[in-house]
Amino acid sequence: MIHFENVGLRYGLGPEILRDLTFDIPQSSFQFLTGPSGAGKTTLLRLLFMSLQPTRGLIRMFDRDIATIDRREFPILRRRVGIVFQDFRLLEHLTTYENVALPLRVRGKDEASYKRDVIELLKWVGLGERINVLPPVLSGGEKQRVAIARALIDRPEILLADEPTGNVDPPMARRLLSLFMELNRQGTAVVIATHDFSLMDQIDARRMILTEGQLDIYE
Amino acid sequence: MSKLPQKGVPPRAQKPKRPEMKVRPQGSIVPAANVQGTALMAVIAIMSFLACLTLGGVSMVRATAASWQSQISREITIQIRPVDGLNMDAALIEARDLALTFPGTRDSKIVDREATARLLEPWLGAGLDIDELPVPRLVIVTIDENSPPDFAKMREVLKEKIPQASLDDHRTWVDRLVSMARTTVAIGTGILILVFSTMVLTVVFATRGALAGNRHIVEVLHFVGAEASFVANEFQKHFLKISLKGSLIGSFLAALFFFLASWWQSQSLATPQSDQATALFGQFTLGIGGYVGIVLTLLLIAALTTFTARLTVMRTIDEIDLIRSDPARSDGLISQ
Repeated sequence: MIHFENVGLRYGLGPEILRDLTFDIPQSSFQFLTGPSGAGKTTLLRLLFMSLQPTRGLIRMFDRDIATIDRREFPILRRRVGIVFQDFRLLEHLTTYENVALPLRVRGKDEASYKRDVIELLKWVGLGERINVLPPVLSGGEKQRVAIARALIDRPEILLADEPTGNVDPPMARRLLSLFMELNRQGTAVVIATHDFSLMDQIDARRMILTEGQLDIYE
Repeated sequence: MSKLPQKGVPPRAQKPKRPEMKVRPQGSIVPAANVQGTALMAVIAIMSFLACLTLGGVSMVRATAASWQSQISREITIQIRPVDGLNMDAALIEARDLALTFPGTRDSKIVDREATARLLEPWLGAGLDIDELPVPRLVIVTIDENSPPDFAKMREVLKEKIPQASLDDHRTWVDRLVSMARTTVAIGTGILILVFSTMVLTVVFATRGALAGNRHIVEVLHFVGAEASFVANEFQKHFLKISLKGSLIGSFLAALFFFLASWWQSQSLATPQSDQATALFGQFTLGIGGYVGIVLTLLLIAALTTFTARLTVMRTIDEIDLIRSDPARSDGLISQ
């Protein structure tokens, strides 16, 4: 589904942040992306989300070389990828329901066609009673679940999550991990960027470890 | 954790139905009211008020100048100098009749003795017997402005029949007035252009400022897969509403100002205040053209704001797509 080959990246004239990354992310796979702070995890996630171009190397997303894709096509390709940011990036003037429905709304879908799905998904992530609440009154864990629901609402083929448990307590972290595993069982590939080893130790999953810009993969 | 609900499948169709949760009508993606939006609306209202005021002012000056010019160029004067042996009354009648033989003349009137005496009263005092003085006499001829008579021919015929007669077609006055009116209108138009340019720049900067406060929305929309045209349309709708409200307020106030000034002028005719205001500013009547100009200004301001918003959003998206996606241009500013 996703293929990286000898991908390197540097910002400006600085040193290479990522060096010679070669890996695949197969369909329905589950992996942790880890490494010390500043190792390049977020940069790699941005490459996976097609919001950053590599300095060198080849990236194939859904069997297409991203170097040859017209930039007007990127929004369409990005719809196949769900992303959860560490800082949630929710729109504070929209309710939980409206935030989760946003990806469908920008695709021009009629509210009647997705209202039930959104409410069901919110119930699934445990926010069934919070659909009309604005983000400022939600807890960190609730915001994280809204961000996850927003990333999932259009059934992406791959979910990228940047430190999804960074702002929640351990019980909530375990709940979120179960949510990701359930999602993966239903066919979505999952990449979780984290440096929380206790989280990774909870399940036996592929580990991609970034150290000084180089990637080691432990299947 | 339960299974992820399937898309489009009525969930738990067999289970007893719970009342469906109510959600509020979907809010606008771009928040309807915020500090930047209110400030922008105020700026647009003030700028459109000033622009409409200037437009109305120029239109008034133009109308007044045109009216002066028309009044003067509607008449010509035949002057007959008194000389020994000239029968002035017969010469005046002959001059009047001669003038009326030319196509393009409408009416002709001899300024009689009393009227001539009144004309000279400020200089020579009352009770003047003009027959005792060598005072020239006048014949005023009203002409058709649109197809005036042949002044050169008239002058030639008058000279031939009455050598003491001379024709004044007010050309010198009209020329001076036309040049003065043109200068005034040119100055007014210059001010109008300056006001419009300032308005455009102010609107552009204010729109950009307001957009900067909503940049996070552009980014979130971008990350959830919105196409550039969708994002631009959302912001365009938002800024169209703001600019229409702002320019409607400003233009309405300007139109109201002209309407009230015109009403006050008509209510206080022949009072010293009104006469002074009329002498200084002319008639405060805009006419249909002026009001149409105000409406056009309103629409122009709304269109400008909307267009600026669209351009700025497209540029922001370009920046996200091109500059921030290019690590060579990001220069390490983005977190790793």
